[in-house]
Amino acid sequence: MEYFLQQLINGLTLGSIFGLIAIGYTMVYGIIGMINFAHGDIFMVGGFIALMSFLILGIAGITWVPLALAIVLVIAMVFTSIYGWTVERVAYRPLRGSFRLAPLISALGMSIFLQNYVQLLQGARSKPLPPVIQGGFVLMESPTGFTVTISYVQIMIIVMTVVLMAAFTTLIQKTSLGRQQRACEQDKVMASLVGVNVDRTISATFVMGAALAAVAGTMYLVRYGVIDFFEGFVVGIKAFTAAVLGGIGSLPGAMLGGLLLGLIEAFWSGYFSVEYKDVAAFGILVLVLIFRPSGLLGKPEIEKV
Amino acid sequence: MTATTYDSADTKARAFPWRTALIEAGITAFIAFMLAITMVGIHLETVQGGLAIATRFADVVVAIILAFVGRIGIVAMREGFPMVVLIGGVAAAALGLLVPPIDIVAAVLQALGGEAPPATPVLQIMQVAGGVILALRAAWLVWRQRGSRESQDERSRSLGDLSARIQGWTGYIGPVAAAFAVALPFLFYDRATIDLATLVLTYIMLAWGLNIIVGLAGLLDLGYVAFYAVGAYSYALLATEFGWSFWICLPLAGLLAATAGLILGFPVLRLRGDYFAIVTLGFGEIIRVVLLNWYEFTGGPDGISSIPRPSFFGFAEFTRSPDEGVTAFHDMFGLEFSGIHRVIFLYYLILVLALFVNFVSVRVRRLPIGRAWEALREDDVACQSLGINRRNIKLAAFMFSAGFGGVAGSFFATRQGFISPESFQFIESAIILAIVVLGGMGSQAGIVLAAVLMIGMPEVFRELEQYRMLAFGALMVIIMVWRPRGLLAHRDPSVRLHPPEGRRRLWSIGGRKAAEPAVSDGAAQ
Repeated sequence: MEYFLQQLINGLTLGSIFGLIAIGYTMVYGIIGMINFAHGDIFMVGGFIALMSFLILGIAGITWVPLALAIVLVIAMVFTSIYGWTVERVAYRPLRGSFRLAPLISALGMSIFLQNYVQLLQGARSKPLPPVIQGGFVLMESPTGFTVTISYVQIMIIVMTVVLMAAFTTLIQKTSLGRQQRACEQDKVMASLVGVNVDRTISATFVMGAALAAVAGTMYLVRYGVIDFFEGFVVGIKAFTAAVLGGIGSLPGAMLGGLLLGLIEAFWSGYFSVEYKDVAAFGILVLVLIFRPSGLLGKPEIEKV
Repeated sequence: MTATTYDSADTKARAFPWRTALIEAGITAFIAFMLAITMVGIHLETVQGGLAIATRFADVVVAIILAFVGRIGIVAMREGFPMVVLIGGVAAAALGLLVPPIDIVAAVLQALGGEAPPATPVLQIMQVAGGVILALRAAWLVWRQRGSRESQDERSRSLGDLSARIQGWTGYIGPVAAAFAVALPFLFYDRATIDLATLVLTYIMLAWGLNIIVGLAGLLDLGYVAFYAVGAYSYALLATEFGWSFWICLPLAGLLAATAGLILGFPVLRLRGDYFAIVTLGFGEIIRVVLLNWYEFTGGPDGISSIPRPSFFGFAEFTRSPDEGVTAFHDMFGLEFSGIHRVIFLYYLILVLALFVNFVSVRVRRLPIGRAWEALREDDVACQSLGINRRNIKLAAFMFSAGFGGVAGSFFATRQGFISPESFQFIESAIILAIVVLGGMGSQAGIVLAAVLMIGMPEVFRELEQYRMLAFGALMVIIMVWRPRGLLAHRDPSVRLHPPEGRRRLWSIGGRKAAEPAVSDGAAQ
């Protein structure tokens, strides 16, 4: 029971990070119907920028953790957003309206480019970050001596995710930008006819996705204390899996998929074997897709003739 | 009034719009600054007990200047000054080759009393490459006598005409290319060249194999490397555990991979489009993870080493001093022993295998099943309504594709002599897929061109080893942006009910879009 609870907490934390990245995938897919393979690498860039900011703040002497964390998050979000915007502008916008596979290949190229760009400029070794936040609560202590703990970092990640999700849902549901995005998602031509600037809306989508990925990158860095140039690929694939699992194009679906994937991974590693956790994640994905091809919360695709 | 403005805008002699250019260039420079200040400007150095920060602000300055000048070049090209850009681009590239840009900044900094920064060659490469790309683009515009904006459509149409013509020539180019490939080991009798050619041919074979499922059947497979791995491990295990000969294992590996394709394909073929893509990607990863962790069976991360090399069709071995009762290749033909014999033999082996794949896919395209694939690619639903069994047809494409991947895998295993899960990462699938798409989906000749470009070119610039993958990624983006349907895109059905008379435009691509011009052409006649 205690062990179960501990894995549940770990899984939720991991799932929150997946969910934040998955939102970027699902939004882009919803609006322009492409798999943005470079999104995982944007997450990695976000992690690197956060690491830089932490070090610089350390040198500058800002060591009060909440303040430092807030500054780091803002910096990471701003600079990573620029990366997200540029990727869209350079690699995807010229391909708007082109055939389906072209942006996908372009995205693959961008992903390879970003990985090697970071590797060249920052080196191939993984970069460690000393623990920024330490400690946690002991939730339960069993007679066998197994303690269930939830660390401050985990609390922060979960709270942060909940807050961001709430803010994000409001943004999509209530603001004019959100309305424009939903309009573009439904029909780009019609949206442009009623005065929505489609290009700008798509750019905004990429910027938002990148900002969320930057938050995820920062969280990941703080939680695991290490980042390298290849990190984005694996996490990105998992997050995409999460987006598909939840039903691609659906925002609550992305979050749900992320959480589920995090839980699957945590429980599988906890009860079976760590080595095969990726197999479990993909296996569940395959099963879900076979029995529910549009994901858990996705709308079934209507075949138009 | 409006007419005069229009006319004056169209005349050649008009002022360069400095205002627009400067604003656009300023914005670009700002973006470049925001991008560069973090990743380029700050370097995380691993030192004893953690990380230290070093700054490289001179590089940031260079990057900003390059972005600024480059954007002005783009604006100039758009506004009808391609000649200036051509000269400027060539000059920038030449300058970049002669003097690294960072040296100039360093000199300025030193003159101002600062410290000289350490040089990073990335920017130099960027300057040269950027200059060359701008110059090429400008040269194209000068050649076309057109300074105005050229729409994507027009561009792809003119290039499409060209590629349709090239496709028309394939009948002649194909044999010439094959003859060149046959003669290659004797033209360039050195190991490095033949090795490179072997590598390129391996990718051509893989891409031709993948083309069946992606180019013909129109299913996006992101996990092709799984079958490559199955083929490689089949041969490696059969040869090392049971001592089976390569010549038995080669078809067997193909069959095993095709079986794997059947087993994996069965559940996923119901899925459509991107779901199919992500599930195949998942299978690719699953197979790699299993290979990595099933230590007793596959050797885990250590892989399988000392995989036997192929014999000369079982008659002779490529060794200096063969075992008792075995003929050596050089003795058999009365040659001096040389290590290159095996290299050449492997080269011919992959050449034959690749040409076999090509032959099969070209012929199968004309069979009912091949036509069904093409029909399926164009319209899934229409196909079903015509009574085509979608699942079986897709499965067949999957199995063909997987089988060829498996054969290529066993060739890979015997050539390397060592395999490990390292060789079967997602990036391989991505590269193979990139070759298929960049070449122009469904185009056999385009694949050869793309493979030579993507695999051959980076290998030639081996000294820039570090930048190989960077250039690879950039090349993928650039080719896609320039020509979204691939280099030799051309998607005509292999068989037509009413073959076009004479040279009709062959560039029309895609399902419904292709049908319209064809109909209107017919009506005009």
